[in-house]
Amino acid sequence: MGQTLAEKILSAKSGDEVGAGDIVIARVDLAFLQDTTGPLAVRQFHAAGFSCLASSLKAVAFLDHAAPSPNRELSNDHQLLRDFASKIGCRLSEVGDGVCHQVVAESLAKPGDLVIGADSHTVTAGGLGAFACGMGSTDVAVSFGLGKTWLRVPESIKVVISGSFPRGVYAKDLILYLIGQLGADGATYKALEFGGDALSTMTVPSRLTVANMVVEAGAKVGLFPSDDITRDYLISQGRGNDYCRLFPDDSANYEQRININLAELEPMVAKPHTVDNTASVKELKGTRVQQVVIGTCTNGRQEDLAMAARILAGRQRHPRTRLIIAPASRRVLLAALEAGYIRTLIEAGGIILPPGCGPCLGLHQGVLGNGENCLSTANRNFKGRMGNPEAFIYLASPATAAATAIKGEITDPRDL
Amino acid sequence: MLKGRAFKFGDSISTDHIIPGRYAYLRSNLTELAKHAMEDADPTFMSRVRAGALIVAGKNFGLGSSREHAPLVIKMAGVSAILAKSVARIFFRNAINLGLPVLLCDTDSIGDGDELEVDLKTGIIRDITAGGQLTFSKIPEIMLGILNEGGLLAYLKKYGDFRL
Ligand code: SF4
Repeated sequence: MGQTLAEKILSAKSGDEVGAGDIVIARVDLAFLQDTTGPLAVRQFHAAGFSCLASSLKAVAFLDHAAPSPNRELSNDHQLLRDFASKIGCRLSEVGDGVCHQVVAESLAKPGDLVIGADSHTVTAGGLGAFACGMGSTDVAVSFGLGKTWLRVPESIKVVISGSFPRGVYAKDLILYLIGQLGADGATYKALEFGGDALSTMTVPSRLTVANMVVEAGAKVGLFPSDDITRDYLISQGRGNDYCRLFPDDSANYEQRININLAELEPMVAKPHTVDNTASVKELKGTRVQQVVIGTCTNGRQEDLAMAARILAGRQRHPRTRLIIAPASRRVLLAALEAGYIRTLIEAGGIILPPGCGPCLGLHQGVLGNGENCLSTANRNFKGRMGNPEAFIYLASPATAAATAIKGEITDPRDL
Repeated sequence: MLKGRAFKFGDSISTDHIIPGRYAYLRSNLTELAKHAMEDADPTFMSRVRAGALIVAGKNFGLGSSREHAPLVIKMAGVSAILAKSVARIFFRNAINLGLPVLLCDTDSIGDGDELEVDLKTGIIRDITAGGQLTFSKIPEIMLGILNEGGLLAYLKKYGDFRL
């Protein structure tokens, strides 16, 4: 019987022909932690009695969630991670290098890799064809020491995408639509595997946006095949050698198939306080917004900033709406600078934050006031997420975010 | 055998409800961090919870972030097990790794404040207050092994490696 992408990768990593439902012990290629989950992982690493990294493993500690640190407690956590990294010889991604998932996609993950990260959006690298899934501090600490982990091979849901994106509709709208259909637990423990003709029109950055959010439907992993577009992306990042072709077998077994015709989609929003609480932008037109955020591991890439810059060029943000932009990585920031997007965004009244998570999780930078509405390109709108349980978060694409910043209220980018 | 009082919650209690991201600066100070357990779901939880208590929830408990601090602060609050209709996968794994049982069952019949008795061996939950009885679904073998040792670190100390 043929294999899904999840079954293929986990068979290769466990050295056994395995299928959905099997439990495997698998070799990990890349494991990482970040500054909010890292300190506990360090503690568990030592408590488990490990003193050095598994030799086969690429391991990274990222300082990205509170970067630069807003207070001494987090600064001390950064120190602890720097010390740990230099002691055991794991790589360190410093303050300002960028959000872990973006750096992983640019520089570290390869198609066919098994990637585990102490961060739920580790699934992002599925956009490159890596079996990437989020775990907690203890699991990642153990993988640092053993170079392996245990996994249940997930059943797969195939999402077949056809057609092409209409004007004003993007990868973010596609994944918000899908999460709305599935519900926040509709894919729990499962793999979402993407296929269909439309993939040939989806860039790797837009695949990363889709893969990034599969966890919001409960999925363990979101997998794209590795094709010519993947190869070109890896070449553009200076690592063409990391490419390998990876497709599911035609006769693979899927638990369910979902067909999506892009032509039928429209700009989408997730309303407070859950990601599956979706609606079309049209339905929310006119909702006042005090803050717009463009960035995060979901939509902080060069093509996202380009989209926002195109819309904001020669225009101004609404006087009562703050516009905050956080490029996902140093590489993104440099590319956006060179392309002139940063200048455009600043001239439109935007504030540029250093590369990193920025306002996404409410630690610093852009914490909301009571009763305020924020429209963000991030992946989560849970109550309290941006630092204040009395505030309201709407999620949408960078195009919708830019249009909203101009009008000061939720705005369909097609109306500008 | 676990025995304690039910603290009932609804569906979709996220890791941000359990331990809000704004307290991330306390993550190296676990005693302080744990004072905020469940704060955005029920601000009175920490003043009412007693050792042995059981969290009884609806669908998709623990969705959201990978922060292991979520099950950790629940455990530090003295909670002996979580009963839910369904649980997000990272939370599930994290709780088991810390030796905190997560049991899947239909929690509708359990009332807030009910006295419960949970037998991990037989898989039976007795609701002493309401007089009913429930069974929870089987936990995968490898997770049961980890749970039986009291968590992943103790499991690895004993076996040195994962065992299938
Ligand atoms: S940008 Fe937001 S969602 Fe992404 S890793 Fe950072 S905090 Fe998490």
